[in-house]
Amino acid sequence: MSGRPGGGAMFPIRIRGLRHAPNGRELLSGVDLELGDEGITVLLGPNGAGKTLLLRALCGLLVPSSGTLDWGGGARPERGVMMVFQNPMMLRASVLANAVLGLKPLNLSRHDCSSRGMAVLERIGLAHRAQDSARQLSGGEQQRLALARAWLTSPRLLLLDEPTASLDPSATAEVERIVREIRTDGTRILMVTHNLGQATRLADDIVFMSGGRVHEHTPARRFFSRPQSDEARRFIQGELPWRMSF
Amino acid sequence: MFASTLTDAIRLLAALDHRVAEIVGLSLQVSGGAVVLGTLIGLPLGACIAVGRFRGKAGVSVLINALMGLPSVVVGVVVYLFLSRSGPFGAFGLLYTPLAMVVAQTLLVVPLMAAIARQVVEDAWQRYAEELQVMRFTWWQSVTTLLHDCRHSLLVAVLAGLGRAMSEVGAVMIVGGNIDRATRVMTTAIALETSKGDLPLAIALGIVLIVLILALNAVAFGLRHWAMRRYG
Repeated sequence: MSGRPGGGAMFPIRIRGLRHAPNGRELLSGVDLELGDEGITVLLGPNGAGKTLLLRALCGLLVPSSGTLDWGGGARPERGVMMVFQNPMMLRASVLANAVLGLKPLNLSRHDCSSRGMAVLERIGLAHRAQDSARQLSGGEQQRLALARAWLTSPRLLLLDEPTASLDPSATAEVERIVREIRTDGTRILMVTHNLGQATRLADDIVFMSGGRVHEHTPARRFFSRPQSDEARRFIQGELPWRMSF
Repeated sequence: MFASTLTDAIRLLAALDHRVAEIVGLSLQVSGGAVVLGTLIGLPLGACIAVGRFRGKAGVSVLINALMGLPSVVVGVVVYLFLSRSGPFGAFGLLYTPLAMVVAQTLLVVPLMAAIARQVVEDAWQRYAEELQVMRFTWWQSVTTLLHDCRHSLLVAVLAGLGRAMSEVGAVMIVGGNIDRATRVMTTAIALETSKGDLPLAIALGIVLIVLILALNAVAFGLRHWAMRRYG
């Protein structure tokens, strides 16, 4: 996808002492993290670790209680950050109309939107269904369409919140293929998943969170072979207690 | 007596009585005009209230809901005061014209349509808000997107407005004057003919009114059913 907004100015993203404690209940307890300008970072951790909250803080949906988010030395850019949700919304409209939805704020011509939309649908294998209703797609197809919608806006940072949580293996593989393509296209990806297999397949590096804190940020291979923290070790072995998500 | 009145009413309808046709035609023009205006004003108004974040939003929502039950005679009197010769718009000479009736009916249907639209759009906004915010939609882009997405559900608001406009009698009686061949619509004609004792004409108009409302609801139901199957 072309016309990438934001340039490289938003990296590195430095998160310092990020805290979120609504009504005195601490959900993020001083997150420190630095993200470079390329690759796929997978956020791992038990339910309630604060992974989704961190994504929401990064895309501006959550105002933290304290801490700083530094985007390449400045404030969060107006454009260039997109997020794909676990259950993405699908308008009561065609697949093509849903794909180009993210272009609406750019006020492009209808023809331009349509041609860009068809191009991205080709890449995700849904061009033949462009005129079908988006709500008639399967869960996997809807998730691919949500990825396409985000991809079409050429984000510099793409945040994915468990994009394959309820998908079967073949739909998961398709989504993973598209995630790799988006990364190859130059988009920095930060992704939450509970699927350790998926993390090993996609991640360049792993951020392990628990109890609202980052416990470990290491290259993926090292994380799975020699985790640094006890929490991470127990998590990989499936021993860490799973708590209710917020 | 009832059977003979009904027979006479059906005879009037079967003969396509020109009085009935004239009155039905004007009713459709007046109520149709009010519903078109009500749709253009009420639906965006309701959506704006749903999406907007402003102080007093809850109060505005309560007010809009309360105005759904606005007595039509009150609206009639207010519009009468504005359009009468000594009123602020008296110079336009609109009183006792179909346009005055359209204005009065529009004022009646706007709160109803806005209140329904607010509820429908607010439900959708709760589901879509975060994703639209991430995509950097402006407030107005969110309003238009939601109105389009909720179009099938908003048909209910349009139908409710049409029902209110077509069945309303108080306001159009006051601002229209129920003048024969000028401002006489179905509801005012039914009231007049009943008081004169011409029950067959009143019944004939009543039948037309009910059939029209039923037919429009059936068409809307079919459209909505088709659209839900098509778009989910």
